[in-house]
Amino acid sequence: MVSDSSQPLHAAYDSKIEGNVIITKVDAAINWMRKNSMWPMPMGLACCAIEMMAAACSRFDLSRFGMEVMRFSPRQADVMIVSGTVTYKMALAVKRVWDQMPEPKWCIAMGACASSGGMYRSYAVLQGIDKLIPVDVYISGCPPRPEALIEGLMKVQRKIEAESSTQEQKAVFFEETA
Amino acid sequence: MSAEDVSKVRGKFGAKVKSSGEFRSEHTVTVELDSLHDVLAFAKKELGFDMVIDICSLDHFGEDPRFEMVYELVTLDDSKHLRVKSPVGEDEKVPTVTDIWAGADWHEREVYDMMGIPFSGHPDLRRILMWEGYPFHPLRKDFPLAGRPSDMPDVAFTGVAPLEGGPFVTCAGGDDTVDREPRARVLS
Repeated sequence: MVSDSSQPLHAAYDSKIEGNVIITKVDAAINWMRKNSMWPMPMGLACCAIEMMAAACSRFDLSRFGMEVMRFSPRQADVMIVSGTVTYKMALAVKRVWDQMPEPKWCIAMGACASSGGMYRSYAVLQGIDKLIPVDVYISGCPPRPEALIEGLMKVQRKIEAESSTQEQKAVFFEETA
Repeated sequence: MSAEDVSKVRGKFGAKVKSSGEFRSEHTVTVELDSLHDVLAFAKKELGFDMVIDICSLDHFGEDPRFEMVYELVTLDDSKHLRVKSPVGEDEKVPTVTDIWAGADWHEREVYDMMGIPFSGHPDLRRILMWEGYPFHPLRKDFPLAGRPSDMPDVAFTGVAPLEGGPFVTCAGGDDTVDREPRARVLS
């Protein structure tokens, strides 16, 4: 885009790249990239998983928000959606999958069971996945509708937007090197 | 049809049949444990009950004998049904019926897991729902609904569920869900 202005140009101003350069903070750029390509790890354990599948399908279409790349390998995932009843038999397996996910990572407890055990006040059911792994967003419902899941994922996006990732990394770096 | 079968079982096993009864055209025979396998084999071979649709157990806690096995038998054409029961003491073993019906395998594993009744002659007697090493049998009457704490490192752990006064705590008439379904009921 060459400017046809006849006015003298500022020395630091290059009209040839005007419009192709933006200036931002590294944090803002990283957060923007992270939040717009969240790859979910679908931890489908019960009926909530059906709603999660519906959310990923064409009618609700998670890909509108950049979250459609469901990865069944935890090593490729950013956000774990724990959707369904976490039994004690399954609990340590969920923890293990979570531990295999690379940082930075986020967790969504989808539905009543994953959030609190739900109606299963029982010897066999873990009373909320937050007893084992840190949860960023809880979604109410039994099961939640796909819109609710999308809202939950957008809440995670808003959380990512507000993170100061490089500053925290710097702090950790200085702690480790000190 | 099943009434004839009950009298055939009575005719063959005599005093081993403790009682028999009918409720809404469902027939039940209760037999001694030592002749249970013979009765079930007889029911399959002679009476034509070629399918066992369920094997379950009861816990008569506080009575002796404590447990009771229940076998639900049907024919494949669904023309007749027979229920066979047998009392089991706390330290007794039940003979497996996997040699009569192969499908009894997982039913017996479930009874073993949930009620703690062992089976003799079973080809693969492992827990089916809970993990090996879980120390309790959850369907026993003396096992609390909320569960008991246990821990097997790297396998699984259990805790106590917050029942707060009942399996489902609901209070009619509250203004919102928080009032109607409180996490904890305040007893006055």
